[in-house]
Amino acid sequence: MAADPVEVLSATGADVRKGRKADAVAGVTPAAVAAPGSAEQASALLSAASAHGLAMVPRGAGTKLDWGLPPRRCDVVLDTAKLDRITEHAAGDLVVRVQAGVPVRRLQDELGRAGQQLALDTADGDKATIGGLVATGMAGPRRLRYGAPRDLLIGITVVLSDGTVASSGGKVVKNVAGYDLGKLFAGSRGTLGLIAEATFRLHPLPPEVSYVTLSCDGAAAAAEAVRTVMGTQLAPSACEIARPRPGAPVTVAVLLEGRPDAVAERSAKMRAALDGSIPGVPGAPGAPGGAAAAAVSPGWWNAPAAPAGGTLLQLSCPPGALQAVLDAVDEAASGASPAAMPARGRAASGSAALDPVVRGSAGTGVLAVGLATGAPPAAVGEFVTALRELIARQGGDLPGGSVTVVHAPPAVRDSVDLTGPIPAVGLMGAVKDQFDPGHLMAPGRLTGGI
Amino acid sequence: MTTGATVNPPASTGIPSAATGGQTGAGPAAAAALAPRLREVVGAGNVISDPRQLRTYECDGLTSHRSVPALAVLPDTAEQIAAIIRACAEARVPYVARGSGTGLSGGALPRADGVLVVTSKMRRILDVDVPNRRAILEPGATNLSVSKAAAPFGYFYAPDPSSQVVCSVGGNVAENSGGAHCLKYGFTVNHVIGLQVATPSGDLEWIGDGTAAPPGYDLLGAFIGSEGTLGIVTKIVVRLTRVPELVRTMLAAYPSMDGGGSAVSKIIGAGIVPAAIEMMDALAIQAAEKAVACEYPPGAGAVLIVELDGPAADVAYEFDEARRLCEEAGATEIRVADDPAERAVIWSGRKSAFAAVGRISPAYIVQDGVVPRTALEEVLHAIAEMSEQSGIRVANVFHAGDGNLHPLVLFDDAEDTAEERAEELSGKILDACLAHGGSITGEHGVGTDKSAYMPKMFTAVDLDTMQRLRCAFDPGGLCNPGKVFPTPRLCGEVPGVRRGPGTTVSLSAPADATAAPGEHPFSTSSGEPELF
Repeated sequence: MAADPVEVLSATGADVRKGRKADAVAGVTPAAVAAPGSAEQASALLSAASAHGLAMVPRGAGTKLDWGLPPRRCDVVLDTAKLDRITEHAAGDLVVRVQAGVPVRRLQDELGRAGQQLALDTADGDKATIGGLVATGMAGPRRLRYGAPRDLLIGITVVLSDGTVASSGGKVVKNVAGYDLGKLFAGSRGTLGLIAEATFRLHPLPPEVSYVTLSCDGAAAAAEAVRTVMGTQLAPSACEIARPRPGAPVTVAVLLEGRPDAVAERSAKMRAALDGSIPGVPGAPGAPGGAAAAAVSPGWWNAPAAPAGGTLLQLSCPPGALQAVLDAVDEAASGASPAAMPARGRAASGSAALDPVVRGSAGTGVLAVGLATGAPPAAVGEFVTALRELIARQGGDLPGGSVTVVHAPPAVRDSVDLTGPIPAVGLMGAVKDQFDPGHLMAPGRLTGGI
Repeated sequence: MTTGATVNPPASTGIPSAATGGQTGAGPAAAAALAPRLREVVGAGNVISDPRQLRTYECDGLTSHRSVPALAVLPDTAEQIAAIIRACAEARVPYVARGSGTGLSGGALPRADGVLVVTSKMRRILDVDVPNRRAILEPGATNLSVSKAAAPFGYFYAPDPSSQVVCSVGGNVAENSGGAHCLKYGFTVNHVIGLQVATPSGDLEWIGDGTAAPPGYDLLGAFIGSEGTLGIVTKIVVRLTRVPELVRTMLAAYPSMDGGGSAVSKIIGAGIVPAAIEMMDALAIQAAEKAVACEYPPGAGAVLIVELDGPAADVAYEFDEARRLCEEAGATEIRVADDPAERAVIWSGRKSAFAAVGRISPAYIVQDGVVPRTALEEVLHAIAEMSEQSGIRVANVFHAGDGNLHPLVLFDDAEDTAEERAEELSGKILDACLAHGGSITGEHGVGTDKSAYMPKMFTAVDLDTMQRLRCAFDPGGLCNPGKVFPTPRLCGEVPGVRRGPGTTVSLSAPADATAAPGEHPFSTSSGEPELF
């Protein structure tokens, strides 16, 4: 292209500067970084960029830019930092309208002052913005009770690559007028357009919380404990597991929220139920080996299973498959055939290379597996394939689930299929073609050529 | 328009035929001509071409809009539905899906030049998968049948529209139905984790995979609530919810709606999220009393039904607090249900409300507007004022917790111009909802009924952008055309590239859904064209 992107975009009057190495998206440095101050300004920017065939990648705080494939092209980074207003907080209606560049933390602080929250978990210290939260669709332990960003999103304003500014939904929770573009954009990772503003339904902050934890001796015991938790009528807000390495005990942790007296009662009942699920445990509260309750979460709660430069997998599977998944992680990590599978409790040879950490929402069947940073790409590839085969077998008549490589070092990313087969990928491609016919929005980032 | 015409127009060329008076697209005769092929697909007994039998399907729950389809087909399997769509696509014949026909926005209103695909034979619950807390069903399964199937295991299906005894889950998917308990439990879109869809290209595709976090775009979220315009659902995977430990229900009577509204504000302001809060005004109470003798406190200006459910410890505490707040707001009487039977009696009045107004008025229009909860008092006053000024009675029933109103505009259809004036008042009510930042539809859908209002709520650009989604799924424009959007979007040229297993983007030009003057695909029984 002949024109200088910085010049072309500056002509719109927006805040534009030259791209630097630090602005690189998965290794691709943009020629320009543009920071629109409004949806209208974003419209002018995207329109100008499109007219010159410039590929664009939206960026909030840039904390998840290493997710997915590198963009095939990245000429412009669209920085949402100036879209930084909490437009309207209607506390009486439990609704908030907020621009995409607002950090989630800042929004939560503001909402907290009114005793309210956006019921989504972000990891400690995560600087993610609202736009990033929606674009990645990420959710933490409380997805069990509140869902993912798409479940709390009631309105959205987006800017398409051709400069179109469009809204769907509104600011009321009950609303079925028209198609829900918010759902479409949630999790789309910038490939359909720029999210400029989002409206969410809110929840009251619970006055009290309790974390009930139980250490389980192996996958079968953990699965039984989770079944017990989910079978109670104690309305857990989260049911998480953590296993730091194959063969290690699995910790099951349950979050209960509500009024102080009620939470205390439910916490006691939950401990009793968990104790009752483990054969051989006396069942008296506080008995050794029994469940414990605390007012704060375990250290690993909502913490990433893999460090920034490492390989993080997300498994989505039927919740009843937990034991099979944990066993399959052991098996795949050890590289052993089923016949030669090592006994529980002994570290498997070969697993040191992958060192899988398993965490996540056992209650919903969304688990995270973190692999060692230095894991050889071939081993990772085999591991992922084995897990995909296992998950496919869980489905019966249904697709079964998925194993997605969320982020990985370049060597792994370039040699492993990041998503496996995706149902309806053809329809997704058709949607992409409609919203971004020129394939200028984060091209190639998502999957299957999108 | 007549069915069973003797003229056999050429299929799939888009050449206007004499029988359709200049309308592009293949026309009703082409639809009727599909009968032999469709009989091969579903069996002779499951293709209806007799005009008298077809009239059974001429409307859904919105009885003011009627249109007899050229053919009706009753498939029994997903493959049959896909084959029906393929046949229609090749012949350029539009098709409309119908579940139980209880919809209130005319979403299942047939096309006189099209095929009606009725899913009422496909009502099976295929699997109740308790370990994975999900169930797999066919689209015609009734909403309540799912909860009934899950009950022995201690689970239920949470979205509970008032018509749940009859309405189909497929219809719920189309409308993203809520129900009285959606305040706490959410909507269909929060409880469906997988759909098998017969797409407009005639393929069977899974959208979502039955687990909580499928990769790629959330087509599931976009499809649910798309009112049957993006394909026909053939299998549904729903999330099952654990039955709450305790349910407590109370009825509170107030001298006026203001008192009831004040109680709702106090309850929500206290951080309590009830499972349901419903309100009815004096006129609605009067009607319900006549219909089901629910014995609501006589002379009440408003009644509030508050229901809390969940763990016993929480419910006990919160219920007592909610009751105290109801009293504080000036309740003249509070009744607490002590057992399921009493609970059912309290709900009977509310659940009968729509049908019940038939006892106090020959005809009515029910609206489905939404306003922010904090604007409820103001809007209800505005409605009362409009009602007084126009002399048209309006009974109010609504989901007080989320501001979803159901004003029932009562009129006598025997009276000259009464219907038009009632429509006008209905429109003004929706305008008031929009002016307060609300929505034209909270749960009934846009369908045929409210598409004319869409430009009041969204800009032309918004509507055009939404329809890009439609172009992605249905570039041919044959899948329930003419619903939701007042002006169809031309889908333009999209290359016919096969993008993945089983999915092809169609090369065909879009059908023109607009009719020539005097001719209309939705001809009403009176022959007058309905504008949409």
